[in-house]
Amino acid sequence: MKRSIPFLFLLLGLAIVARSFFPPRNPGKFDVAGFSRLPVLVNGRVKPIDTVARTSLLVLCSATANDSSESSLILTPDHRGLTPGEWLLDVFFAPAKADTYQVIVIDNPDLLTLLNLRREDAMAKRRYSFAQIEKALPELERQARLAEPVDHQARSAFQRSVVQLQANVILYLRLKESLASPDSQDFLGDLLSFQKNLPAGIEAMRQKEAGKTYDSAATRQLIEHGSRFDHMSQLGYLLAVPPAAGEGDGNGWKNVGSSLIETFQTGEVSAPVMAYAGLAHTWRARQPAEFNEIVRLYRVELEKGFPKALAKGDAEMRFNAIRPFYSAMTLYVLAFFLAVLSWVKWPAELGRAAFWLVALAWVLATAGILTRMWLEGRPPVTNLYSSALFVGWIAVGFCLALEYFYRNAIGSAAAGLIGFGTLLIAYYLSLGGDTLEMMRAVLDSNFWLGTHVVTVVAGYGATFLAGFLALIYIVRGVLTPSLDRATADALARMVYGIVCFATLFSLIGTILGGIWADQSWGRFWGWDPKENGALIIVIWNAVILHARWGGLVRQRGLMCLAVCGNIVTSWSWFGVNMLGVGLHSYGFMDSAFVGLIVFVATQLGFIALANLPLEKWRSFRVRP
Amino acid sequence: MTDLFRQFRDFFVSLRLTVVLLVLSMLLIFAATLDQVHLGIWAVQEKWFRSLFVLWLIPGTAIPVPIFPGGYLIGAFLLVNLVSAHVYRFKLTWRKAGIFLTHAGLILLLVGELLTGLWQEEYQLQLKEGETKNFSESYRFNELAIIDATDPKFDDVVAIPEKLLAAGIPVQHPKLPFRVVTKDYFPNAALRMRGAGPAESPSVATAGIGMQVAVTPLAPTYKQDERNWPAALVELVGPDGSLGIWLVSPQLGAQQTFDYGGHTYRLALRFQRAYKPFALTLLKTTHDIYLGTDIPKNFSSRIRLTTPDGRDDREVLIYMNNPLRYAGLTFYQYQMDAEHATSVLQVVHNPSWLLPYISCAMMALGLVVQFGMHLGGFIGRRAVPAINREERQGREARRDF
Repeated sequence: MKRSIPFLFLLLGLAIVARSFFPPRNPGKFDVAGFSRLPVLVNGRVKPIDTVARTSLLVLCSATANDSSESSLILTPDHRGLTPGEWLLDVFFAPAKADTYQVIVIDNPDLLTLLNLRREDAMAKRRYSFAQIEKALPELERQARLAEPVDHQARSAFQRSVVQLQANVILYLRLKESLASPDSQDFLGDLLSFQKNLPAGIEAMRQKEAGKTYDSAATRQLIEHGSRFDHMSQLGYLLAVPPAAGEGDGNGWKNVGSSLIETFQTGEVSAPVMAYAGLAHTWRARQPAEFNEIVRLYRVELEKGFPKALAKGDAEMRFNAIRPFYSAMTLYVLAFFLAVLSWVKWPAELGRAAFWLVALAWVLATAGILTRMWLEGRPPVTNLYSSALFVGWIAVGFCLALEYFYRNAIGSAAAGLIGFGTLLIAYYLSLGGDTLEMMRAVLDSNFWLGTHVVTVVAGYGATFLAGFLALIYIVRGVLTPSLDRATADALARMVYGIVCFATLFSLIGTILGGIWADQSWGRFWGWDPKENGALIIVIWNAVILHARWGGLVRQRGLMCLAVCGNIVTSWSWFGVNMLGVGLHSYGFMDSAFVGLIVFVATQLGFIALANLPLEKWRSFRVRP
Repeated sequence: MTDLFRQFRDFFVSLRLTVVLLVLSMLLIFAATLDQVHLGIWAVQEKWFRSLFVLWLIPGTAIPVPIFPGGYLIGAFLLVNLVSAHVYRFKLTWRKAGIFLTHAGLILLLVGELLTGLWQEEYQLQLKEGETKNFSESYRFNELAIIDATDPKFDDVVAIPEKLLAAGIPVQHPKLPFRVVTKDYFPNAALRMRGAGPAESPSVATAGIGMQVAVTPLAPTYKQDERNWPAALVELVGPDGSLGIWLVSPQLGAQQTFDYGGHTYRLALRFQRAYKPFALTLLKTTHDIYLGTDIPKNFSSRIRLTTPDGRDDREVLIYMNNPLRYAGLTFYQYQMDAEHATSVLQVVHNPSWLLPYISCAMMALGLVVQFGMHLGGFIGRRAVPAINREERQGREARRDF
């Protein structure tokens, strides 16, 4: 029985992973999944509509559906759950309905008062529908005009939420104008009659310009259409109409409005626009068979020109549904508890189970990171979000190596902690929107992203790992009697070894960064905050090594210094971004400040704990 | 060997000193980074890194008090510590090769950074499409140029650094038949035409455009992407008395002209210039953004490089992460204004730019060798039979916590 424990847990882990691999099913008769796979260009990247739906919801709701069901996030007023795809279809094609869904998050109490909203009317205490906000839009716009000139860092909490809400409302309005005109009751009918009457309208226009008698109804209709299409081309968020030439460098995509404006020259509404208008019609009229047929036909048409983009889009949609990092998070938590349990009971069996689960989670995270790299065509770290993934990945990788050598479940416990922690950070960072972003010109260098950024972030990961191993030493030593001499020595060796790696990575990464800076800004070192942050990590690791070599610290001192490394690394990873100065601060963020302070405080607490006299340590006082 | 000397030596070669200095440098960098929010990147470098002591003014007074060792002091001590420790303990063994190489690289890096601080000059070169320039301009410093334009074939320029104007020191230059006396100086100021506002104090300027311009002093900016726009009122005093008081500022577009002693002069406070023995012409700017965003994808400038002697006449393309290195200078793509077809290049003169590359290679190699030996030893030990290992662990356990 005991010997089968690792296998049982591995099976459980595999079951967790396997469950997420079931292909997404359609919630009803409509082929929502097929629609969600269609490619559009948003923020410089061709992606499936599914990604647009998920990231838009993430931005608006600042939350994701929990694991149990995709359709748990949004409820219609009659308490039907919607998947992200269904929600976006309603936004596109049945905006009057979509306006009643409570998806827009507002937290700031002053802002709620300003908009005449009450928390009781919200969903999940914080989400409101567009219809609820609509009346107060002019006031919101006025406040946004007042707040926008203020420097980002200088804005008050109220101003920040005003600007945020204004941006979210604009995003929502732009989504509505993307594929069909929200004012039109029957967009397909409108387009067909527009196309039919176009020659007559143009002729009437010519007559008018020539000063002859003309059909005033025809010109009026033409102008009305023109201004509506112009509105759509100004606001349309999705560039949904692909270039006729097929796959190129990603240029040439248009939004529906711009494509319709071109109709005045070509005389014919383009096929993609007609397809989307047809989808609008059938979605509204609840005709699933016709809807599915249009999706199929349009897809067949796209396959001729964009096989690669479609293949990538399908993979991205599967990736979105599988959510490998979410499963990995669950596995890390499980592994952590198993590893801790193994110090109490059945060390060999539970330890092995923990190790296998960590390995499974790590493989999953590796696959996730590789998929992202393939989708983006970039090295693993391109923004703060992916740096969190990578810090976790590298630290857990080291843990697996440590566990392979030492087999005392310490590596697995540290892996569980860091793996979970970094993925949690990544989750909060992903609330900003699509995490597969385009790279600014200065960062657009796969060589430097692949060398400098990866090594620096690997240095972060190693420094954190040393710090977390030290935490395990302190907690086990002070609070439990389980830290025997052999384990303590093993931990000290682990921390020392990992600090060596951390020094190596952070030093090389920092210097490579200097060389990149020399290449792109003209100076090797400019005392920019991000550079300083990286340098501080190098210096701190050097301090640990020299203090150890010089005999200034023994085991306990080493552990305290390593925990300090956590503070130093968290500051240079996130703290410098909060300063909002310097050339590097592309990814500014302001909400994580409290989190950082709390983290630093807990680390200081652990250092204080470690400085209790040895006779207070439960593991050491029993010994002579 | 005297006791004093031994104490001295032991102090300078000790690892304890290394650790203390490293911790101090870390604190210095941390505090300086925080201070950047208030002071900006340039002032921080002067105050914290390029100084022996960090000075703090007692509030309300101008009395500086040293509160922390500055970058130069800590750097110098680290250098002495590093060099003396290696000289004292130097043994050429393979076991120490990695450590030795790493530290030699570090010494080189510190020296390189010192030289950069002393030698590096940064300028900017702003070009419109079709424009040709043979000088770059400083984006932090200004100069008062007095140009003798009597001979139409050439200009005879006397340039007075802004620093002298700010200090209020009268300048008598052998080429000028008058003294330059600063009546007033504002490190940052806004200008506007007089007459628009309510009752104003009479103009101090008595000559040139300055009589119609009102000056409002502004607090100096420390933001990295903003520059200070100084203004000064300068009086030119000849042997027979004052020629008048001029308002000068880089914000006044045109140079002011006056005649004195049969010569024609032009007068302007302008961005400090560095002339080059070659000229650059901006042929074309390219500014791509990602479709459907305002994220810049690439900037590049096609430039024609010519020298007066005709030896060089070629086209070069400067873009992000691909600078032009020529005549000891490096030209980087810095900013671009696509609407006005204007490109700004950063021009850097740094003779020691290669040192960091060399020291980087040395340190990386050193660390890889050193930790590689550690790792090899660790794995090798694990291969030793278990009985031996336990014996060794027993021995190690005797060491204290």
